[in-house]
Amino acid sequence: MEIPGTYVFDIARARQGYPFNKMAYSLQQPSNREVYLKDERGYLERYGLSESQISAVLERDWLRLIKEGANSYMLMKLGATIGVGHYHQGAQERGETYEEFLATRTNPGAT
Amino acid sequence: MGKIVAGIGSSHVPGVGRAYDLGRQETPAWKPLFDGYVPVKRWLEEEIKADVAIVVYNDHGTAFFFDRVPTFALGTGEVYPVADEGWGPRPLPPIPGAPELSAHLAESLVNDEFDITMCYDMPVDHGLLTPLPLLWSHVPDWNVNVIPLAVNVLLHPLPTGLRCFKLGQAIRRAVESYPDDTRVVVVGTGGLSHQLNGERFGFLSPEFDREWLDRIVSDPEGLTKLSHDELMLRAGAEAVEVIMWLIMRGAMAPEVIELHRNYYAPLVTGMGLLSLVDA
Repeated sequence: MEIPGTYVFDIARARQGYPFNKMAYSLQQPSNREVYLKDERGYLERYGLSESQISAVLERDWLRLIKEGANSYMLMKLGATIGVGHYHQGAQERGETYEEFLATRTNPGAT
Repeated sequence: MGKIVAGIGSSHVPGVGRAYDLGRQETPAWKPLFDGYVPVKRWLEEEIKADVAIVVYNDHGTAFFFDRVPTFALGTGEVYPVADEGWGPRPLPPIPGAPELSAHLAESLVNDEFDITMCYDMPVDHGLLTPLPLLWSHVPDWNVNVIPLAVNVLLHPLPTGLRCFKLGQAIRRAVESYPDDTRVVVVGTGGLSHQLNGERFGFLSPEFDREWLDRIVSDPEGLTKLSHDELMLRAGAEAVEVIMWLIMRGAMAPEVIELHRNYYAPLVTGMGLLSLVDA
């Protein structure tokens, strides 16, 4: 079943996104977070991301990463390293600013 | 003999753990969530007095990566470290296990046709850690021992709701065949409605959530008939993790009594809390 605006993480998507997800998974190690922040492109290249995935990371294009097989929990791990919250990522995936997104919520204080 | 003395359903949103660690329980945005847990925690401590909590949760690409994904993974360790998911570990003591009961559960489940993966050394993430301090005390140390049961709800294909319900029934048989007088609470975590990916990020359905909370009490077998597609369509892609509540419910008697309920959906997740005892 196709659900509009939804990217179900299945085996095909996991295969497509494997290098990105493995890179983000590595950021659970504090020492890797430091290495990442010192040389972002070099870190991405070492994990074998495609050029399109690398540019999506560098451009902070979260929806494109999701379409290229990123798992949303791995986006969170990358976000934690570079200082972008998951609700900010989600707002952008919706095509909204963070403020526009919060305005759609019943209690935006609960971030 | 072992006995299942209560069942709990609870969401496991990372923001709740953050708010807890920052002491935001009384702020207007968070009070409606945390207040719901206060009577449940008191009741667990004063009346239920569990020895062990079997916590059914999902790992979020923390202990397990997509290189190998167990469908059902049972902790068999003496202790479970608090994971660093990327933000640094939460300031909570390591979680004490219940290795003898774990070994009995593994033996019983496998002989009951549930071929679980056994995990001796496994950090636990927010799937387990979010509800735990809201239900049991950790000062100075945890007042309950924990057996983690991790369910794959990340990489499709996922186990069916019916399979989860039957696993819960097998857990009940396992606990009831344990020779020691051990009091066990089963906690099913996850959900309720939410979606964390794509243009549909932030999808919520309080209507679905109400129905889920009602029917997990009165009609769990009906809920096992909902397909993953139907759950994702009606409640959001990540809401499919509610199937873990069916493991908890399967471990309870066919008829149960609901003692506590709370619901709050401020931002991106319908956060439910339910406590049950056998009728």
